[in-house]
Amino acid sequence: MEFLRPATWDEALAAKAEHPTALPISGGTDVMVEMNFDVHRPPAILDLNRVTELTEWSNDGEVVRLGAAVPYSRIIDELSGPLPGLALAAHTVGSPQIRNRGGVGGNLGAASPAGDSHPALLAAGRDVLVEAASVRGTRLIPIDDFYVGVKRNCLEPDELIRAVRIPVADGPQQFSKIGTRNAMVIAVCAFGFALHPRSGTVGTGIGSAAPTPRRAVEAEEYLRDVLAERGLWESGELLGAEVIQRFGELVKAAASPIDDVRGTADYRRHALAVMARRTLTWTWNDYRKQIRSAA
Amino acid sequence: MNARTSAQNSAGTGAGTGARTSTGTSTGTGARTIQGQKNLQDIRQSSKDGIGGSPLRPDGTLKVRGEFAYSSDMWHEDMLWGMALRSPHPRANILSVDISEALAVPGVYAVLTHEDIPGAKYYGLEIADQPALAIDRIRYHGESIALVAADHPETARRAVKKIKVEYEVLTPIVTEEQCLDPETYGYVHEPHEYKSHAYGNICHEQKLVSGLGVTDEVRALADVVVSGTYEVGMQDQAFLGPESGLAVPAEDGGIDLYIATQWLHVDRQQMAPVLGLPEEKVRLTLAGVGGAFGGREDLSMQIHACLLAQRTGKPVKIVYSRDESFFGHVHRHPAKMYYEHGATRDGKLVYADARIVLDGGAYASASPAVVGNAASLGHGPYVVPNVRMHAIALYSNNPSCGAMRGFGAVQAAFGYETQMDRLAAELGMDPVELRQLNAMQQGDLMPTGQEIDAPAPVAELLRRVKDMPLPPPLDTDDLDVRLLPGALSNTSHGEGIVRGVGYSVGIKNVGFSEGFDDYSTARVRLEVIGGEPVAMVHTAMAEVGQGGVTVHAQIARTELGVEQVTIHPANTEVGSAGSTSASRQTYMTGGAVKLAAEAVKRELIEKGRRRYGWTQQDLTLAGGKVVSESAGALVSMVDLLGEDAIDLTREHHHRPTVPFDKETGQGFGHVQYTFCANRAVVDVDVELGLVKVVELTAVQDVGKALNPLSVVGQIQGGCTQALGLAVMEEIIVRDGKVRNASFTDYLIPTILDTPPIPVEILELPDPHAPYGLRGVGEAPTVSATPSIVAAIRNATGLALRRIPVRPEHLTTERPGEL
Amino acid sequence: MRVTFTANGKPVEADDVWEGESLLYVLRERVGLPGSKNACEQGECGSCTVYLDDVPVCSCLVAAGQVQDREVRTVEGLGGEDGELGLVQQAFVDAGAVQCGFCTPGLLVQTDALLEQDAQPSDADIREALSGNLCRCTGYEKIMDAVRLASARKCAGERAGGAVAE
Repeated sequence: MEFLRPATWDEALAAKAEHPTALPISGGTDVMVEMNFDVHRPPAILDLNRVTELTEWSNDGEVVRLGAAVPYSRIIDELSGPLPGLALAAHTVGSPQIRNRGGVGGNLGAASPAGDSHPALLAAGRDVLVEAASVRGTRLIPIDDFYVGVKRNCLEPDELIRAVRIPVADGPQQFSKIGTRNAMVIAVCAFGFALHPRSGTVGTGIGSAAPTPRRAVEAEEYLRDVLAERGLWESGELLGAEVIQRFGELVKAAASPIDDVRGTADYRRHALAVMARRTLTWTWNDYRKQIRSAA
Repeated sequence: MNARTSAQNSAGTGAGTGARTSTGTSTGTGARTIQGQKNLQDIRQSSKDGIGGSPLRPDGTLKVRGEFAYSSDMWHEDMLWGMALRSPHPRANILSVDISEALAVPGVYAVLTHEDIPGAKYYGLEIADQPALAIDRIRYHGESIALVAADHPETARRAVKKIKVEYEVLTPIVTEEQCLDPETYGYVHEPHEYKSHAYGNICHEQKLVSGLGVTDEVRALADVVVSGTYEVGMQDQAFLGPESGLAVPAEDGGIDLYIATQWLHVDRQQMAPVLGLPEEKVRLTLAGVGGAFGGREDLSMQIHACLLAQRTGKPVKIVYSRDESFFGHVHRHPAKMYYEHGATRDGKLVYADARIVLDGGAYASASPAVVGNAASLGHGPYVVPNVRMHAIALYSNNPSCGAMRGFGAVQAAFGYETQMDRLAAELGMDPVELRQLNAMQQGDLMPTGQEIDAPAPVAELLRRVKDMPLPPPLDTDDLDVRLLPGALSNTSHGEGIVRGVGYSVGIKNVGFSEGFDDYSTARVRLEVIGGEPVAMVHTAMAEVGQGGVTVHAQIARTELGVEQVTIHPANTEVGSAGSTSASRQTYMTGGAVKLAAEAVKRELIEKGRRRYGWTQQDLTLAGGKVVSESAGALVSMVDLLGEDAIDLTREHHHRPTVPFDKETGQGFGHVQYTFCANRAVVDVDVELGLVKVVELTAVQDVGKALNPLSVVGQIQGGCTQALGLAVMEEIIVRDGKVRNASFTDYLIPTILDTPPIPVEILELPDPHAPYGLRGVGEAPTVSATPSIVAAIRNATGLALRRIPVRPEHLTTERPGEL
Repeated sequence: MRVTFTANGKPVEADDVWEGESLLYVLRERVGLPGSKNACEQGECGSCTVYLDDVPVCSCLVAAGQVQDREVRTVEGLGGEDGELGLVQQAFVDAGAVQCGFCTPGLLVQTDALLEQDAQPSDADIREALSGNLCRCTGYEKIMDAVRLASARKCAGERAGGAVAE
């Protein structure tokens, strides 16, 4: 096994081009578990810790460009304003120690359906872009195209994740996750939700309840239409139990979970409906407060 | 006192009387260094605290410095790493094993199979039915087949993967139905292989009948009958320090093993025949133990490391990874229980009928003792005039099960306490009152016929736990999600949350039962060092975290009136201390330290009488002096001892017990009983099925708290393991295969799952025990689980007949609801 | 490969490090610092927690090669220069927060980091900060006591220290 230690991003891309089977490591929170438990023996490990720009973020007021290795703890501390859904998701990742090391790039690289970032990224909108780079250039991959199978993404062998571009929240966002204990859990299932008042849309993201992270498309469309048709964005009126219920049912219908040691498929569907109803209620209440205080 | 002291044994323990404290460097290879060996040498501590005080742990400073050497910290120049190949199948015939490719890996020093074992091939705690390495057959997922010694763990891992095993995979025998129908499904051990009373895949069986038993006539006496089937999942001890140790071959052909275990001498007794060595050539020293909870009662890597060290002539270290640890030790027996209780309209119990089926897995381990506990304690801490019990442990192709904190009693308590709540509901009574009405007390008879001849304040414990103030209701105006079910997972902002309260009480035996003489040995040496009298305590007691070393020092101070006490490393140079289990160590080895210290005291006073001609009969030791109650201080111990040392060894035997009659369960089977009562307060998110235990209160009679701080720590820790069993902990086994052998999927409570645990201790002395003390470690683990489940039932109205309670049991599927 | 870094203020060097090795293994088996513990090696228990450049992390999940030229502080580095116990260490002993002690080194580092950030954390803050450190013996109650004790002593010390400075 080789241990590659590029000092710069260009060196990293060159190393990945030369060793396309090298396994990138940053926080190590996935990779090292696999090393320690003898799950994986890649021919080379590509350490990205020395590439400092990966731990930087910028915000132009419209979009946050989040370096792939910005640790979750900094997302919580520094980005809960522009990226509230992702910050809430980050707060559910592993333990404080894990949050000090792990970042969104690792979640995307592993592409596990249980990755906590994914539902928040999906909910943040269809214009979330994964910035993948190689010596051949940079690709901006829409988040909806990124996940292609169980623990598979659409990266080419010579590509590395440089950053994720996430629109700055223009409305309330929430994230909920089920675990069978009150800390340090891998999601039994998770749900991310965002209101996008500027575009009159909503975003959803389902975790751990399908082969890949996915959005609840029909639920999004239903809610978008209801909000528009009833003028609720403008009025800020209560949604009503029927709408909330229906939204929950549509989220539930969007999942295709399995039974495993962490939970049953039935429970996952059930819990998704509950989380969908609750997160919708929380965000809508916040939204109502916002427009009232603006009025 | 029923404790017997055999004076003639004092010279026969092999402990010697000289100042040989050379542990840690006694290996024949002239080991230059065993890393961080400070706890493998004497630990000296000065304190004024005798029994009843809470002095600091003598090993605490080393532990917080990171200098305390646990078994996995052992390091030796030139050492090799050992590793086992384990079976991926729960049941198979081994057709061939080819080690040639593994042997060819550079850096590999040895690859062994059962054919390389120099001595006996089988071992076992109670029944020698387990091969040290699999012989032709695999009986559980994870059974070890071959061993590798190599220069690096990674080399060993690669070599293990190159061992080629050809299996004939067989359908595993895993359900009760399959186990009990061997003609159809087969035998886990062929009948001719049974080494005990086993028959037809039943490893051990205990029946019990008391009063009139349970007949139609007895049933007719009851106004109300409640019955049900209950299930307990397979819990793991999940101690944090993985199985590990270092075996060092010695020049005399023997072996020195630095090991984390619960009982050095029983390890040696099982190891020596397999290694083909006489016991005295197998020398064990206790390295730091990272928790045990029963999971280190059986051997894990002990024999394997020694076999590799013998073969290679080099020190060999084995450290299990967490996943291997799940395969490397036994678990708590999962149980299926049928309970039926009859009572009069005013709530008096008429009868209890139970059948308790424990899955013992592939090998016997402690199954017979677990069955004995389940049968003899399965009626609970209640007076039940008519009882019929039937407990069995099965042989199956599931993981082996054996000792875990509270064994046999934990499973049963979930059954009988659930029954008590249901009976109370049926009768329209308060569940605590129903329990108090039927609570046993001193003088009552157990269904085994044994009289409870020590305080049994069951009703009082319940009264006190109910009287403790309740925590405030959830403050919905100022919610902190961290305190709600789900916590940081942000699943509720107050929605769906219902509070529940539940009570329970439990009974556990202390010490080994049914005729077992699990005596303890202690050596106490008194001498002057640096102008001060110093007591040295040497036992083979396994300090696994419980604080036995602290208590030993306290006892020595109390008996000898000294401040300076040295704790000698635990090893096999002194006689057995029995196991650190069954809540017995303070009782048994503490009792032995007391006996040895008393003997030293007597000898010192005799020395004074000879020298000074004292005639007073009221002499004792205090403040470093010989003191007469009437005449005051007579002489300092420093002056009296001079250059001499008094060095005596004593054994402590508990009062004898007898095996239970196999058919009737009658017999004076247990040494001591212990009781704990709990109240649990929970918040349940009833829509999502998530639980947050808000508070878990415990009231326990401890007889005498030798160290109150440690006693409370034991009770809080025991409650927390019970919490784990109630709501999250289970090894999931499907078709004999373990599905969650990791800390990612086998969940134990975090600090966010664990509530404040107020503890009240009662001290009602047991006249049969040293200082009147009562073993404390297990009772809370027995009693707390049912209180938590009762609280969840209280919040949800669900029946909850299975533990651990999972979110789906509270929402989408509801076992026992139909 | 060779890895050189700073451990508890001293330069250390390890040779022939296998590329897949963790920082935890290097500390324990190669540079004589076995205080950090190997309970799960999958980031689920916190017993291997060390400071890596002043940030507490699970050393089992840091590849050895990643610590090249960096600073590591372990439980062995929490004591005073003169060999006295550090404030958090002393509080854990005093409060009875140590039983088997296997979780203790990680808890000490994590608690040290918590109190560096917030000398007077609320109970909920303590629980959140320590939620990645499993303990199987104590039921955490004495650990809560220890952190509260360390916090009180730290605040008292800071007040006293402040008074002297004035």
